[in-house]
Amino acid sequence: MPEDINAELESEELVPPAEPKAAHQPLDKAIESQADLSAEINAMGEAYRRALKDGAQPETQPRLDYPPYRSSILRHPTKSLQHADPETIELFSPAFGHQDVHALESDLTIQHNGEPLGERIIVSGKVLDGDGRPVAGQLVEIWQANSSGRYIHKRDQHPAPIDPNFTGIGRCITGPDGSYRFITIKPGAYPWKNHLNAWRPAHIHFSLFGAEFTQRIITQMYFPGDQLFPLDPIYQTIVDQDARDRLVATYDHSLTEPEWALGYNWDIVLTGPKRTWTENEAYGDAGDEE
Amino acid sequence: MSTKLVPTPGQTVGPFYGYALPFEKDNELLPPGFPGSIRLQGTVYDGAGHTIPDAILEIWQPDADGNVVQRTGSLVRDGYTFTGWGRGAVGNSGVFTFTTVNPGPTKPGAAPFISVALFARGLTNRLFTRIYLPEDTEALANDPLLSSLDPERRKTLIARRDPDGGLTWDIRLQGGDETVFLDFQ
Repeated sequence: MPEDINAELESEELVPPAEPKAAHQPLDKAIESQADLSAEINAMGEAYRRALKDGAQPETQPRLDYPPYRSSILRHPTKSLQHADPETIELFSPAFGHQDVHALESDLTIQHNGEPLGERIIVSGKVLDGDGRPVAGQLVEIWQANSSGRYIHKRDQHPAPIDPNFTGIGRCITGPDGSYRFITIKPGAYPWKNHLNAWRPAHIHFSLFGAEFTQRIITQMYFPGDQLFPLDPIYQTIVDQDARDRLVATYDHSLTEPEWALGYNWDIVLTGPKRTWTENEAYGDAGDEE
Repeated sequence: MSTKLVPTPGQTVGPFYGYALPFEKDNELLPPGFPGSIRLQGTVYDGAGHTIPDAILEIWQPDADGNVVQRTGSLVRDGYTFTGWGRGAVGNSGVFTFTTVNPGPTKPGAAPFISVALFARGLTNRLFTRIYLPEDTEALANDPLLSSLDPERRKTLIARRDPDGGLTWDIRLQGGDETVFLDFQ
């Protein structure tokens, strides 16, 4: 492992360092191949599968400490998370409503004068809590690359075309049954600088709130059958195959609209709840009328 | 009640949230200068002690009287409605700033705190923590979480009061003074 990982990583991901730093690492020292990374990923996967066989509990969340994702090396807590019983404020969630989000914000294909390029898709599903209750009237935010794999973000320097008709951000408020629905363009895969020839599988970033702040989550939705899954250190931060599968949408022909768009279904399950609920809250009656 | 469902895993917020998650006045729970408003600020550091330029925080807190607010409108700040929730990305020097109020105790004798969710490139899942106000030392001593921690670790959750009445509270992801992060499960 290089000694000054931080300086190297920040230049690797094209993020300007916060302060000028001594650039004492020769450039070529940063070049690690996909084979190097895959060997690390596979070794960690093997160790996990052996542990499972020996009776370990299946993991359901990404590992905070996952060295193949190089940027995580200096950015994961080294001490165990401290168990805490959530207290008053943590047992509630910020409230969002139709005042906050316009209905048209869920259509990422109508934000400019023309139609964006690429494969038009519908992504729809439900947000549920751990008891299977719908998370009603809550905020869902998404962001993604365009069909060429390019983000509008100024730090994205991937030499793929920007689509002047696609920004790649959307928002919606879940319905009474926890449902959400976005119309967008299928994002492209894109290269990044974790190692030489590193490519992210196509994905859409999702940001979700529950009924309690402890349920807050940001994650990524992937598309079925992506050949980059085994190579991607971010997807692989989740070492359990069943858990990883929960991030992959399902192609659903019943969501597909004729001569318009292909449909994908993806349901999201939040942790908890920890609070005892009343019937009214469970159906999201409160919070939307301010 | 149905059977327990397995939660969906989190993933890193990545480097490109900057055009998606921030919104106008996202870090102003009240406008700067509003009566009773304070500045909450801090810096996010990695394990090498370098500042992190690509982290984004959310705070969620009761109002000054300790009431949990359930008002909509956070995304379209009107300058008057306190919703209790804010979002603030750090700048290039790793510094975040919020304008808010001192949270009140949610029940008599409880130590007032602000709940925090932290996201960053390189951070594979969000982290939760708390920012306690420094003043009520008796309430702090009786707080169930703080009293379960070593004194050295406990300090990482208590903000400093600035001369102008604001709060300063830094986040350290690693190291001897690593911030205490929470697991609610």
